[in-house]
Amino acid sequence: MTALRVRNLAKTFTMHLRGGISLPVVENVTFDVAPGECVVLGGPSGAGKSSILKMVYGNYGVDRGAVEIAHEGAMVDLASADPRTVLTLRRDAIGYVSQFLRTVPRVTALDVVAEPLVVRGVDKVEAQGRAGEMLHRLNLPERLWGLPPATFSGGEQQRVNIARGFITHHPVLLLDEPTASLDAVNRAVVVDMIADKKRAGVAMLGIFHDEEVRQAVADRIVDVTGFAPRAAA
Amino acid sequence: MSDEPLLRVNNLTKYYGARLGCADVSFELYPGEVLAIVGESGSGKTTLLNTLSANLEPSSGEALYRMRDETWRDIYALSEAERRFLTRTDWGFVHQNPADGLRMSVSAGANVGERLMAVGDRHYGRIRDTALDWLGRVEIAADRIDDQPRSFSGGMRQRLQIARNLVTGPRLVFMDEPTGGLDVSVQARLLDLVRQLVSELGLSAIVVTHDLAVARLLSHRMMVMKGGHVIEAGLTDRVLDDPREPYTQLLVSSILQV
Repeated sequence: MTALRVRNLAKTFTMHLRGGISLPVVENVTFDVAPGECVVLGGPSGAGKSSILKMVYGNYGVDRGAVEIAHEGAMVDLASADPRTVLTLRRDAIGYVSQFLRTVPRVTALDVVAEPLVVRGVDKVEAQGRAGEMLHRLNLPERLWGLPPATFSGGEQQRVNIARGFITHHPVLLLDEPTASLDAVNRAVVVDMIADKKRAGVAMLGIFHDEEVRQAVADRIVDVTGFAPRAAA
Repeated sequence: MSDEPLLRVNNLTKYYGARLGCADVSFELYPGEVLAIVGESGSGKTTLLNTLSANLEPSSGEALYRMRDETWRDIYALSEAERRFLTRTDWGFVHQNPADGLRMSVSAGANVGERLMAVGDRHYGRIRDTALDWLGRVEIAADRIDDQPRSFSGGMRQRLQIARNLVTGPRLVFMDEPTGGLDVSVQARLLDLVRQLVSELGLSAIVVTHDLAVARLLSHRMMVMKGGHVIEAGLTDRVLDDPREPYTQLLVSSILQV
């Protein structure tokens, strides 16, 4: 059984502002992620790990290939889906914890975390209660919950972001260095949260530069250097 | 999101004499969806908005709208009375300059109540209560209900214009640079308010903006216009994170980072 099936993805950027030069990023990207499994993308910086994650989530278009996600009993190709289908998949099937929080002016940390539940029709008070539990688990001081996160430190913003990404029950979850700016205590909390997601059968695909965290969470490492474009190699 | 679109636009083209306004624009808009139209001055985005909102007649093409009774009508084939009723009830239009969308010499309460009266409400107390409720939702203090908008700040005027538009429970709202001309802090408040109202009320919206940050924050999908043509369209974060067209790449790379 597969929750996420990536087949033969290829991506080249064309930089029109620099005379139209082509920057091949990856090709023939192929792997599967099963429910309850955490697959980590490995390889040096610039090998295309983040680009692969963004293609899987639909932030980057693809030149070729498919990103199939289990949704309502079928595999749906996100790479070729129209915007509405991508939005539906993001609501129901695939979540994303980005490296940086994109803050919205005036929205409090608690509501930033609760929002994905509210959008799914959960009662606002209940959603805020669950958001509070997440923030509490991640040791974000309660005095910050009622403030917009724009002025928070990097580590505080990242914890808000993690809480927001983990609060829903997406069957597929993408993790883009969720522990990059965290201290050891909170790194350990995130490792625990990932273990909980595994037990809940969530398929995870992530990037972790921290060796210790990677050891702790990875069931399998997919080496991205194997997807280097031949022309550039 | 519902499975049937609210609006279907096919090959909409508008010429001003021999000069092109916008050409061959086609798209569908679904309930609850926010579409941003971005581009620089003269790209045709305002012409497109004014044509879509039936303020201008197209030179060719059609815009089919699903009416409340579920019939599909080409908005350019409606009678004048039908069109007026549609634009006063089921549609809203938020102008960049609030003075274009408000009546500056009548009270804030009357500005909101007027659209209710246009749909036949005659009960003064109920109209005033509804107006008060809407002023509260757009964060205007109740004791300003009898003041004229000319005594309001720019941000308050814009919020009042939004209340005036939303009071009739429209399903589709057009917005032309809704945060243009406002101070940055006022913009943030307005954006947050618009974002919240759109999601609470499940509105569909078409927002013209030259500000890509506004598009990122408010819209699900976007269309990039240049020289009257839609040159790139798609999911908002796909267009902004992975722009394909030379002009879109230029737009995205020109954003100032703070």
